[in-house]
Amino acid sequence: MSGAYLPLLLLFAVSVVTAVGMLVLTQIFNPRRPTPQKEMPYESGMIPLGDTRARFSVKFYMVAISFIVFDLETIFLIPWAVQARALGWGPFLAMTMFVVVLAVGLLYEWKKGGLEWD
Amino acid sequence: MDALQPVSGIAGFIASVAKVVLVFAGVMLTVAYMTLAERRVSAWIQDRIGPNRVGPFGLLQPIADGLKNLLKEETLPAKSSKLFFLMGPMIALMPALVTFAVIPFAAPLPTHWGVVDMVVADVPIGILYILAITSLGVYGLVLGGWASNNKYALLGGMRASAQMVSYEVALGLSVVAVLILAGNVTLTQVVWQQQQLHFWFAFPLSLAFILFLASAYAETNRLPFDMPEAESELVAGYHTEYSGMKYAMFPMAEYANMVTSSALMATLFLGGWDLPGSWDNMFWYHGQLISGFAANGSVILAHPALWKTLLTFVAFAIKTAFFLVVYIWVRWTLPRFRYDQVMALGWKVLLPTGLGYVMLIAGATLVLDQLGLPWGFTYGLILTVLSGLATAGFLVFLDRGHTIFGAAAARDQKTIVRHRAGVPAQAGD
Repeated sequence: MSGAYLPLLLLFAVSVVTAVGMLVLTQIFNPRRPTPQKEMPYESGMIPLGDTRARFSVKFYMVAISFIVFDLETIFLIPWAVQARALGWGPFLAMTMFVVVLAVGLLYEWKKGGLEWD
Repeated sequence: MDALQPVSGIAGFIASVAKVVLVFAGVMLTVAYMTLAERRVSAWIQDRIGPNRVGPFGLLQPIADGLKNLLKEETLPAKSSKLFFLMGPMIALMPALVTFAVIPFAAPLPTHWGVVDMVVADVPIGILYILAITSLGVYGLVLGGWASNNKYALLGGMRASAQMVSYEVALGLSVVAVLILAGNVTLTQVVWQQQQLHFWFAFPLSLAFILFLASAYAETNRLPFDMPEAESELVAGYHTEYSGMKYAMFPMAEYANMVTSSALMATLFLGGWDLPGSWDNMFWYHGQLISGFAANGSVILAHPALWKTLLTFVAFAIKTAFFLVVYIWVRWTLPRFRYDQVMALGWKVLLPTGLGYVMLIAGATLVLDQLGLPWGFTYGLILTVLSGLATAGFLVFLDRGHTIFGAAAARDQKTIVRHRAGVPAQAGD
């Protein structure tokens, strides 16, 4: 069974070699004549204002937390889904309850404004 | 006739290496020519000519572009994190090149040494491998955007992370609907079940197909979901500060992801390499290569042949190419969403729809099994009608007050009166 993974390992090796090879080749061939103007971050041609690594909106953290909850839900659904027809009604009802609980959670987040972006 | 055996030993290893090389070369070549196809098709749609000077019909243009990128000077923005700036494009590209491995691309090929499966690695984790590896690509975008020390790049990277994780949930749920019917996570079995049902899953699972299509566009950052690099807002998004080969690696990753997701859509919803009829059905069932079951439950052995492999490969290539063309077509037809619309669609529409649809399909299959209906044409037809109704309801809900019902509302007397009071009447009002 583990032999099935050997070609994957080969493919990983080929893709790593390709990605690193591209960077190495361009490092060898490309010219380097840096000037302070060239190295300035592009901000529509103006001299950059303030610090780049400033704070960003808390909304991104909200999305990250919601993602963890609902992606885990998907992962929980998959083992049941592949056997859903063999398992029958009992597990179906259990999964329905599980989905309803999470749907209520989504509804709560929605009503609290956790999904709004303005 | 003696039973056909899968290829093993030294011959199996050589076959594996050959498949790795062929698939890798195939993906890279498709990526290169997708860049040309995109430019030619966009030119065609916009009534221009497009690049046609390098080689016949511009066919050598991707090679010229690659050489140019290799020889161009690369800039490194001041105060950027050099290590992460280098790692960004690599981390974006590497997962994109390896995800194709578990997708079967043709019927098994008989050789002198045994039958060769036309898939790089038919691993038991199947589609979970694709879900796991494609999620890694977002790290490259976020790292590249953050390391650039550029405000536009940072915003692009943040947007990429939030958007890709949001649509991954809807993508996963549409896959769950497929898995209920397939009964296994390996893509060879997904293809096999579609052959046995006499229906490609795009019909019995039409709503999952639409959810998957929308999520795949968002996952690959293609229009109408290309918020991470929205050039009218963020210059070039996460790759604003990249140039030369390091820049080229980001589009390469994007196109490789498009190729993989097109192949995946073809496999999950259009039967993969399957062609109509049962002559090409092949599946490893308890060590035997079978093409189906007889009425009394005994197996019917399959007869693999070179011409079957070639023909099914052509079918797979055409289906994948179809989705790739739709990618380009959509890009040059639809305008871009606003960012809040993108997030609202993912969380408020696709996620609840996906959850409800998974339970609907699970319930429907259980009812049909309870009725003792065999897995076949009637089974698929009932699911097709059910999913068709669900899809119609979903589309009407999405369209409320817009294209179809918006036109009806304009004929409404009150609307006309309000229009005439406010604005001059126009032709067709």
